[in-house]
Amino acid sequence: MQVNAEVSGERIGIFGNSGSGKSTLVHCISGLLQPDRGEIFLDEECLFSTQKGINISPENRRIAIVFQHPMLFPHLSVKTNLLYGYKRCRAEKRRFRPETLIDLLQLQPLLKRGVENLSGGEKQRVSLGRAILASPRLLLMDEPLSALDDTLRFQIIPYLMSVSEEFLIPYMFISHSLLEMQLMTERVLVLNNGRLVEETTPEGLARNSMAKSQKGYLNLLRLTSPVDQNGLFSYTWGDNTLLVSDGQLSGSTLFELSSREIILFKKHPEAISARNLLQGNVMEMFNSDGRVGIVLSVHGEKLVAEIVQSAADELNITLGATIFAAVKASSFRRLV
Amino acid sequence: MPLTQEDITAIWLSLKIAFTATALSLPFGFAMACLIVFKTFRGKIVLEVLINLPLTLPPVVIGYFLLLLLGKNSWLGQLLNASGFPVIFTWKAAVIASATVGFPLLVRSIRLGMEAIDLQLIEASRSLGASWSDSLFTIILPLSLRGIIAGSSLMFARSLGEFGATIIVAGNIPGVTQTIPLAIYDYASSPSSGTMALSLCVVSVVISVAVLLLHELLGKQFDRRGLQ
Repeated sequence: MQVNAEVSGERIGIFGNSGSGKSTLVHCISGLLQPDRGEIFLDEECLFSTQKGINISPENRRIAIVFQHPMLFPHLSVKTNLLYGYKRCRAEKRRFRPETLIDLLQLQPLLKRGVENLSGGEKQRVSLGRAILASPRLLLMDEPLSALDDTLRFQIIPYLMSVSEEFLIPYMFISHSLLEMQLMTERVLVLNNGRLVEETTPEGLARNSMAKSQKGYLNLLRLTSPVDQNGLFSYTWGDNTLLVSDGQLSGSTLFELSSREIILFKKHPEAISARNLLQGNVMEMFNSDGRVGIVLSVHGEKLVAEIVQSAADELNITLGATIFAAVKASSFRRLV
Repeated sequence: MPLTQEDITAIWLSLKIAFTATALSLPFGFAMACLIVFKTFRGKIVLEVLINLPLTLPPVVIGYFLLLLLGKNSWLGQLLNASGFPVIFTWKAAVIASATVGFPLLVRSIRLGMEAIDLQLIEASRSLGASWSDSLFTIILPLSLRGIIAGSSLMFARSLGEFGATIIVAGNIPGVTQTIPLAIYDYASSPSSGTMALSLCVVSVVISVAVLLLHELLGKQFDRRGLQ
């Protein structure tokens, strides 16, 4: 594997398919694997250099890892697991109080339990808390959600987000999921066959991968305070009203809407079964391996639809043109 | 079933030798298993062969090699004699013989226990600030306990039954180096001592069953605590 990159930011993503070298990179950065040659710097401190003969041991790098599987120590209780790194961190370097983190991750009722009987989501929360309490300079999250089913995954994501917001620990989030990249990162390094092939934004990655990805481009919509309308949830989205079948009455909810679930019309259709018909202007168009992404401005909100080139030609879509987008109420998938 | 004073001494000596051999071998066995499982180095295969060699060699051959190594004609034997620590034909020689013969069993069991540890647990501990030695004592050691107990039980039981190597380096001196198997051998050689031999056989079975029971009980205890 060969990677040459200099990246700055608080929330860095490493994206790639299985075998692309993501985990190898994590191991090299954390010091668990020694590269054949090269240099690794963190905050201008040299962690590894074959030229200078430097190789700081993993325990002295202060880079914590949240693994794909929680990797909790089976002979220790939840509390002892949580405090494992905390106790090994010098007092002056400790940045967080265990009580604060335990509250945030809602671990209080689990503290005295053994780790074997925890659910998958609970285990991953303990694993996350354990890594944070070690007060790392950098947190490496190596596909922390891959081993969880969808329900658990979206239970954990708010914790990951709140931890990063609350404790301000820069992290590298490793995943092969476009959605996770969109939710968790601000810069993305794309790896393929052990090489860095692209450095981009999550938006750029989502657009580039639109044609190849199973779900196309994912529009993420955070919607709040719905009202019931004939068994559907009616949300306000900018100046629009959206009808959603899988909503929830309380709080704010994050939905994903695939670019492939949106049907475009040049003129207002007379009647349509889809419950959402939105009028928008074409802001931008982009190409992704033969598919055309249409970025619509819908009363102040942005929506990306995906069509094939021949459809774009037939609709004669141009920048600024007015377009109608139809979306079924069941096309919105509730995430968090 | 009658037991003479000499029989009782033989039983006591057997237990003492087996316990000492096991206790002395444990740290080395743990270190060797650790070396083999977690470290990569040249000559690893040679080390593994050497550790396992006593498993395949006849115990008498091991005893003979030990005699050559520790006997009065060897430099080591002369050094030990000169420093007032004679080994040959003492109970210490029986400990060395038992330790040599049982060592591969101990290492093998500990190794199996260590191989079952997920390497990512050790990686997690290192990334949380634990040095290698810290990980060794806080992660590897507790998670190998099952293997350590299994290995110790096996080695203890093997030491109780050790005969071939012991008789060569420690002899068969009643009250000094005569263990249960050696005493049984003596009784069996005499046509009128069948009952005495049988009594010691029963004692031997009882001790072995007790060791195996203890091993099982400790294993269950660990399972219940969810250690592995």
